[in-house]
Amino acid sequence: MNKTRMNGYLKAGLILTGILTALIILGFFWTPYDPELMMAGPKLQGPTWQHLMGTDKFGRDIFSRVLRGAGSTFTIAASVVAIGAVCGTAVGALTGYFGGILDEALMRLNDALTAFPSILLALVIISILGPGKKYNVIVALGLVFIPSFARVTRTAFAALRDVNYVKSVRLMGASNGRILLVHILPNTMSVLLPAITIGFNNAVLAEASMSFLGIGVTPPDASLGYMLSEAQGMFVAAPWYALGTGVTIVLLVFGVGLIGEGLQRRNGEVA
Amino acid sequence: MKYAAKRIAMLLLTMAIVSLLAFVAFDLISGDPATAMLGTEATPEKVAALREQLGLNRPLMVRYGEWLLGFFTGDLGVSYSYRQPVWDLIAPKVLVTLCLSGLTFVLIVAVSIPLGLRSARSSGGILDGVRTLVNQLCMAVPPFFTGILLSWLFSTLLRWFVHGQFPGLDKDLGGSLKYLFFAALALAIPRIAMTVRMLRSTVQGEMRKDYVRTAISRGNDRGGVLYRHVLKNALVPVVTFLAQTMAEIVASSIVVEQVFAIPGLGRMLVSSIANRDYPTVQAIVVILAFWVVLAGTVADLLNQRIDPRLRLGGAA
Repeated sequence: MNKTRMNGYLKAGLILTGILTALIILGFFWTPYDPELMMAGPKLQGPTWQHLMGTDKFGRDIFSRVLRGAGSTFTIAASVVAIGAVCGTAVGALTGYFGGILDEALMRLNDALTAFPSILLALVIISILGPGKKYNVIVALGLVFIPSFARVTRTAFAALRDVNYVKSVRLMGASNGRILLVHILPNTMSVLLPAITIGFNNAVLAEASMSFLGIGVTPPDASLGYMLSEAQGMFVAAPWYALGTGVTIVLLVFGVGLIGEGLQRRNGEVA
Repeated sequence: MKYAAKRIAMLLLTMAIVSLLAFVAFDLISGDPATAMLGTEATPEKVAALREQLGLNRPLMVRYGEWLLGFFTGDLGVSYSYRQPVWDLIAPKVLVTLCLSGLTFVLIVAVSIPLGLRSARSSGGILDGVRTLVNQLCMAVPPFFTGILLSWLFSTLLRWFVHGQFPGLDKDLGGSLKYLFFAALALAIPRIAMTVRMLRSTVQGEMRKDYVRTAISRGNDRGGVLYRHVLKNALVPVVTFLAQTMAEIVASSIVVEQVFAIPGLGRMLVSSIANRDYPTVQAIVVILAFWVVLAGTVADLLNQRIDPRLRLGGAA
């Protein structure tokens, strides 16, 4: 298998995600209108060139709101995956490479935790930390995402522990830390990268679900999930609000999903 | 039989750990329930009296034991916000959520298994690319978004059901199931896409094995080999995957119940978290977790019936 070959899925995914990321970054600095400004245009107006996704019943510009909301959903999902991937890889590396009692104990705990649906666990942690705060959402979801990353990387580290090139650097006197970071970690990327794309999508959906329920991100912070619950209430009067918000979530997840599909095909995991 | 006994013992152990964790965690954070229940009327005497009445002055483990027993006797404490026994609040809702997840599960199995097997028989070409794209797109649609669209289409436009007026299982079973069906559809779509994809790659992996080549070279047709031999071998990971699907259904049903205004456990859980009504949260979390752990156990037991090799205790 050619590890550097691009395939159609990877290319399409990267382009779609690239465009969305560029828009989101733009949204941090500039939006066509102030997302919270009432009466930025006429109330409940359908999409026009002035208001690409129309306006809601307060006359707020939906496109600006979607940009801002996507920004915070993106930031949360990225932070959650960062926490999950870094901590999970650390746990996976230590348990997979060293093995022993620690490995046994942590993996049993892991089994028990992965048995829980992720949103349920996150809701429990949120109810302990206190609902409605952005950082609590990141912490809750970040903790929930550690076990799955630990499981994936543990298998990879355990498989590479005793291969010949690792044995030979060990004989040359490389420390365990160096072996783990410099020699094994780069070779786990083929499993870690697809896991990151799947994790990112799960994080987007989990954050949106929690905010939709009103216990994730709540105003004044923007979030696509919260906006969608707002949009459900005015669906008949302003269907473009729900469609604009929902389609943004779908495109974000679809783009990253394509990247994941492409990566897995490149690894030859999917026929 | 020995395997089953071991697996059930493990199930009980997991349930004990899960419930202990939930009990201790909520006991630590919820502070003093007596103060919480009395609210602004709290005076030291009243709090002390209520503490005595609720039995809060006894050791943690005793209270845990009693609470756990409550799942069998129906005494799970008193809700802070409704001032009613938790059991009375959640008992009617358990059945609704059970129906919703059951319906979703049936839908997923009924659609994805024929579809997955069909798509496994062909590969490559433009059709394969289209199929992959549709699959990824279905996985990307969050159930609460599909839920909004479906409830608009079938409730507002076609008037097949009235959004927000769940008839109640005891009053109108048919109407309730019809209502739940649309919610189940929203829940099922992304999971069907995932199951099809999983089934396809498992079956195709199996089709490349030597015994399949031998069977085909002896003159059996591909379809026959697929249904008679391959399916049996591909079933074990699929059953495990479906058990995980059960867990995911339970999780997303929390959100979809909100979209369709279904009075189930999920909605109750959300409002209890918002109200910091810990006895209710505690009970619902443990019931949902038990449900998930039970699904995992049933899957393991089924697998061990499907594949005799697993009965010897070997890992699959």
